[in-house]
Amino acid sequence: MPSSIPASVTAELPAAQGRRKSAILRSLLRDRYATVSVIFLLIVLGCAIVGPTLLAEQARALNLKGRNAAPFSLDAGWMFILGGDALGRSLLARIVVASQNTILISATAVLFSVLVGGILGLIAGYRGGWVGDVLLRLADAIMTLPSMLLAMIVLFVFEPGVTNVILVLAVSRIPIFMRTVRAEVLELKQRMFVVAARATGASTSRILLRHIAPMVLPTIINLAALEMAFVMLVESGLSFLGIGIQPPEVTWGLMVADGRNYLGSAWWLAFWPGLAIMLTAMSLNLLTNWLRVVTDPVERWRLETEAR
Amino acid sequence: MGSFIFKRSFQSILSLIFLVIVVFFLARMTGSPAMLYLPPEATQDQIDAYNALHGFDDPLIVQFGSFITGVFQGDFGNSLQYSRPALDMVLAAFPTTLALAAVTMPLVLLISIVTGALAAYHPGGVFDRLASLISLIGASMPNFWVAIVGVLVFAVTLNVLPTSGTGTWQHWVLPVAVLVLRPAGVLVQVMRTSMMTALSSVYVKAAKAKGVKARAIIFVHALRNSLLPVITVASDQAAGIVNGAVIVETVFGFPGIGKLMIDSVLMRDFAVIQAAILVTALAVFLINIIVDISYAFVDPRIRHS
Repeated sequence: MPSSIPASVTAELPAAQGRRKSAILRSLLRDRYATVSVIFLLIVLGCAIVGPTLLAEQARALNLKGRNAAPFSLDAGWMFILGGDALGRSLLARIVVASQNTILISATAVLFSVLVGGILGLIAGYRGGWVGDVLLRLADAIMTLPSMLLAMIVLFVFEPGVTNVILVLAVSRIPIFMRTVRAEVLELKQRMFVVAARATGASTSRILLRHIAPMVLPTIINLAALEMAFVMLVESGLSFLGIGIQPPEVTWGLMVADGRNYLGSAWWLAFWPGLAIMLTAMSLNLLTNWLRVVTDPVERWRLETEAR
Repeated sequence: MGSFIFKRSFQSILSLIFLVIVVFFLARMTGSPAMLYLPPEATQDQIDAYNALHGFDDPLIVQFGSFITGVFQGDFGNSLQYSRPALDMVLAAFPTTLALAAVTMPLVLLISIVTGALAAYHPGGVFDRLASLISLIGASMPNFWVAIVGVLVFAVTLNVLPTSGTGTWQHWVLPVAVLVLRPAGVLVQVMRTSMMTALSSVYVKAAKAKGVKARAIIFVHALRNSLLPVITVASDQAAGIVNGAVIVETVFGFPGIGKLMIDSVLMRDFAVIQAAILVTALAVFLINIIVDISYAFVDPRIRHS
């Protein structure tokens, strides 16, 4: 037990870090919802990374026994536990394969908007002036447009496809990150450590990247997890409407759209992919709730003292 | 206060102008829709005549000039698909979407304010945990999926609600229910957090010490102080209803502006898309201004500053 060892003032850094890591892990395990979410997200991530290489064959293979196979029956083999489609393809395999596009698109879009929005936010917050004003106005203009509308305009002009969908989603979410970072920077730049860094002659880029950016990071990580859930929902919606990902590429949203035509005869075709979307979005939300606690400086301090 | 609203309106107008320019030039980048509307065996002469008729052969800047003049006269051009004025079509579809929003938003506010406030009174209690779980599910469900599962359960299996169309009140149940879900899920959590902050303040302790009943403390003392964040998020969610409306109207065959937009995107109907986007953006800007004004009503500090 860590508490039985008296805390050493000159504790070595790696050991302290290890203790903090285990403290974070313990706090994760204490939050049952967060634990389940992390496990689920890891499974989805695993599916997204290795799924297509493992199950591409099964997702394409036509199995006469599996045609319109009902779920929860092992007659056609365990691959058809979630049922089969009209061509006799395993729904489970198709969902696993489709997870790659679904996750890849939302993760890339969010990563892109974090990077661009973060950098613009740093500039707008730290520099201010007319550059900051123009950036803010642009962000306002984009934010007042419902993201679906923006996506529709752009996908109307450019061919819908993986790259363009990612770009549209990223652009529509950049303002959120920009505004959040800007608001934090406005507050942070008044703080003593920034003034001190400036007084000792640190360059602007050094102050921004080494002093301010790390302070903004926890907020951004939280927001990114939330946004990832939202972006995934919008992408699914666009694909469902037929202006997102185009066949033969496949995402969960597209699978729901396909399944809609068989709603009366084979409900499982539309049901399972939608459930996958919902569970992933929910896990991301639950993870954010827990992350918010862990990355809160006050709470973090509690974790660290507890680790000693 | 007056100058504040004036400033916000001015900013909105700038954003609108920016939007008009972007939409116009983006839409023109796809080239002429002649290929889509003329039969494949059309001769070059016919294509030229079609382009000349709709002005697609003018230089871009001339087209833009006539478009802007038209906009200021309330003329967005004719729909290529139906040869009707685009603005008429948009205005005909707008009330349906507006009605959807007008039913949805009060429901969302009512549900989320009451649930969030009650959940905040005993944080960690049974009601709180149940409300948190349900609101989380609501906020995480893809609305198109809820819509078709709703159709499957209530229309196909139980046969108590119609699958699509408008007419009776039964037609509105599923679309409104689908639209309420996400904003209500998000807002319950905002309201809960905000109410918890309000409940930890000194005046609430004082009221408790005086022996005021729990319900009165929540709905009389703390409510107004916890509404500000709710209003902010609610205005975002109101704009998000447009997102939902596109999907709900498509699934349920509602003749609203969302369905009109998706149809005209698929049919490359320039004029209708432009009119629809501008009318929608204008509506969203109006909502924002109304929200700004309502801040002042809720919070006297803003009114008097």
